[in-house]
Amino acid sequence: MREFDLAVIGGGPAGMAAAVAAKKKGLDNIIIFERDAQLGGILNQCIHNGFGLHTFKEELTGPEYAERYADMVRELGIPYETGTMVLNISDDRTVTIMSRERGVEGISAKSVVLAMGCRERPRGALGIAGYRPQGIYTAGTAQRLINIDGVLPGKECVILGSGDIGLIMARRMTLEGAHVAAVFELMPYSNGLNRNIVQCLDDFGIPLLLSHTIIDIKGKENLEGVVVAEVKDGKPIAGTEEYYPCDTLLLSCGLIPENELSRACGVDINPLTNGAVVDDRLQTSIPGVFACGNVLHVHDLVDYVSAEAAKAGESAAEFVRSGQTSGDGTTINLIPKNGVRYTVPNKFSADFPDNELHIRFRVTGIYKNSAIVLKCGGNEIFRKKTMIMIPSEMQDIAVKKDVLAQAREDVEIMIEGEAQ
Amino acid sequence: MTKELICICCPMGCRMTIELDGEKVVSVTGNTCKRGSAYAVTELTAPVRMVTTTVRTADGVSIPVKTKEPVPKERIFDCVSEIKKAEVTLPVRVGDVIIENVASTGIPVVAAKTVPCR
Amino acid sequence: MVDVTIIGAGVIGCAVARELTKYRLSVCVVEKETDVCEGTSKANSGIVHAGFDCKPGTLKSKMNVKGCAMVRELSKTLDFAYRNNEALVLCFDPAQLDGLRELYDRGTANGVEGLELLTPDQVRNIEPALNDVAGALLAKTSGIVCPFEMTIAFAENAYDNGADFRFDTTVTGISKSGSFYRIETDKGSFESRFVVNAAGVYADVIHNMVCEDKIKITPRRGEYCLLDTEAGNTVKRTIFQLPTKMGKGVLVTPTVHGNLLVGPSAENIDDKEDTATTASGLASVRDRAGLSVSGIPFGKTITTFSGLRAVGDTDDFIITMSAENFIDAAGIESPGLTSAPAIGEYIAGMIAEKAGAERNDAFNGTRKGVVHFVALSREEQNELIKRDPAYGSIVCRCATVTEGEIRDAISRSLGARTLDGVKRRTGAGMGRCQAGFCSPKTMALIAEKYGIPLESVRKN
Repeated sequence: MREFDLAVIGGGPAGMAAAVAAKKKGLDNIIIFERDAQLGGILNQCIHNGFGLHTFKEELTGPEYAERYADMVRELGIPYETGTMVLNISDDRTVTIMSRERGVEGISAKSVVLAMGCRERPRGALGIAGYRPQGIYTAGTAQRLINIDGVLPGKECVILGSGDIGLIMARRMTLEGAHVAAVFELMPYSNGLNRNIVQCLDDFGIPLLLSHTIIDIKGKENLEGVVVAEVKDGKPIAGTEEYYPCDTLLLSCGLIPENELSRACGVDINPLTNGAVVDDRLQTSIPGVFACGNVLHVHDLVDYVSAEAAKAGESAAEFVRSGQTSGDGTTINLIPKNGVRYTVPNKFSADFPDNELHIRFRVTGIYKNSAIVLKCGGNEIFRKKTMIMIPSEMQDIAVKKDVLAQAREDVEIMIEGEAQ
Repeated sequence: MTKELICICCPMGCRMTIELDGEKVVSVTGNTCKRGSAYAVTELTAPVRMVTTTVRTADGVSIPVKTKEPVPKERIFDCVSEIKKAEVTLPVRVGDVIIENVASTGIPVVAAKTVPCR
Repeated sequence: MVDVTIIGAGVIGCAVARELTKYRLSVCVVEKETDVCEGTSKANSGIVHAGFDCKPGTLKSKMNVKGCAMVRELSKTLDFAYRNNEALVLCFDPAQLDGLRELYDRGTANGVEGLELLTPDQVRNIEPALNDVAGALLAKTSGIVCPFEMTIAFAENAYDNGADFRFDTTVTGISKSGSFYRIETDKGSFESRFVVNAAGVYADVIHNMVCEDKIKITPRRGEYCLLDTEAGNTVKRTIFQLPTKMGKGVLVTPTVHGNLLVGPSAENIDDKEDTATTASGLASVRDRAGLSVSGIPFGKTITTFSGLRAVGDTDDFIITMSAENFIDAAGIESPGLTSAPAIGEYIAGMIAEKAGAERNDAFNGTRKGVVHFVALSREEQNELIKRDPAYGSIVCRCATVTEGEIRDAISRSLGARTLDGVKRRTGAGMGRCQAGFCSPKTMALIAEKYGIPLESVRKN
């Protein structure tokens, strides 16, 4: 059985950054398993720009960002195996892989970094009534068809969901010669960035209809149109129905971390994120198994994925070096309260090794001129003023070690202010 | 003349009102920080955008490309249609110039990915 | 000129075709869609009913009980997924326990073995997720099957034994010319000595082209929710509620692929093509299933769909020679899937006798399905990959389906030509991402096989 110090599951931005960081921390015997034929993951089909402002201080396209990391992987001599599917990870960190060349093989790893990414919520999970014709795609599938396979899915398009991929695809479809009639969003606010609303919709005169959803799909063999209605409190308002003829419906209605391998391995999953429960080292409930990137929680910025993944890689290296599964200090839970949907990590050891702890989270509504507050035993231990926080933008605060070192019991994190 | 604009510099999305005298910006209000006014001036005097798309080799390999600099906003479609016609042969290295001067904008189109021969 | 033309390549048409190839008869199956199993056969509960609820003496009861045993045997020789998972009929109201007893008696009269009346405690012991019941009927011979796989298995085996299949061909008229039938289609006409009407919800249209006494088939729409395999273990058995006039009610069952299936609703409609789901139909399915199991995790729904049962006006299957050499297999509603092999045998026997056909000694009744890679042992998997590296490459990650399986599904007898065709033969795209990741790859494999551009590959 082949043995490795670290097996990284997934060669996308998270996996590559984790491997690079582990290598720089002195770990030598690393392997990256990637199911696709090349490194880069989903970035290979994200041909738009807007990546890398934090990491590389310049604006790159997805493939460029991926290539920078792939180059680092190669320069550092980190081995990777593409066309390789991980079939199973057991709690003793035996990883079952499969490829054309090697068949099905078990390998043994001293540590594992989970970096499998996420998938899109399909139509069936949205419960939209109607037919199931040809012409309905998730935005990411359409993105792949256009950008990798060179196939334009249709000519007359509507988009459900204002996630960034949906907005990006509205522009992409338009540039490729399709007409995008509108983007519909169930929520009263957009789930995408303003920048994308302006540059992907406004630039091309594509309307964004907030508090609208699709209630019926017409066309048995081929998509013929959709019925759209305004919604109030999540329910369609009778009398507001409008018919949009179209041959293509793109869905951009949320991403789900792909944790089937983690679950089968016995990793505890946080129902709020659908990702693993992790501590300050991004270690899961199984010692030596770490998680990062979109498989841990869905990010909106790849730069944050890289930063988080580097932490996971460093932690794996430290785990292999010391064999220590956790710090000596007491474990303190981070409890999301008012306005905070979840946090990553979920807990930390009072004597965590770094100078500061990054707490990443999402807010539950739009908060202007508010504050992020941490409390322990009723006492405020941290406060940060914020101008604006929106659910579609992940928050990342760095809290100094000496602040958290005071904590003797659970730390609550909350937003002080009124949601709009 | 006045124009309304939503700032895209941060998620705040300030709604700005811009006072124009012909093509000259007289005043910007509604912005929270100075990035907003700077954005408003460029956006209203000479809006520019990066263009990203793909080119395909004769045997169907897709290569992502981008304009090296942002191009005038009104030239986006001209750029895309010219890029579509570009002929590329492998191998391609990231940064390779695919078109020297796209749609007479003076701006080159470069490859955004290294693609070796098959 | 053919001996027998079968109209409709659903489970009944394919079962009849396979049985007919046991005789020295030329067989042609005409289907208006692109593939087999495109109508009622593709959207139903996939239950192999034990046969306790049909009225004794009816064709339904005979075909059901016989078919139930045949499906179990055929799943081995024709290599399709079947599981004898047993069924429970729940009764919630002590006042209705008589109804349960009646089912038991009816089943016994029908010759159903393995029926038992259970106490609430016994029910709780074997299915702890169920709500409190007053009693239940256990049917040990009840099973589940993949309706696509079963239909495809019948069709492939029929094809391999010489049956001809004509897809994308709609029958537009049938007329008697001498001792033959002239069958008009949108792709030309041909002659046939016998005609079998297995046209599902269109069986009335076909029947009425030939026969004086008209029949009517009413499409009864049933909507379903299919849940992720994570929810597949909610119950082990197929859970029914005491039947009503409109059918067997909403059931909750695991599927052979490990998902949880909940449905169907029952709504008589006019449009024979209306397989749309509705918000109200799905809501009623969720509500009524809640009577049996209150904690069904509907948040894990991966898809919803609806199918049309072909409901006749006689309260029984219509399987008879309605005109000279014209045999109806009409009104094949539930338990039609279970009854299919028995109906096939019955009709083939009828025709063989009338035609004086001899046995076909060359008939080979076994068929090997697409390999189910994920279910193999590691040794078998490696053996397969060594022989064909395409089995070492996963295309559908949700259901762990390899490129080798997809290539096989496309290139075998009556191979898949669409994404749905591949899905029904391999399970690729049936998982939680609903083909988001695998469809471009599958499309490429189909395009390569048929030499067509990628954009011409269809979903359905």
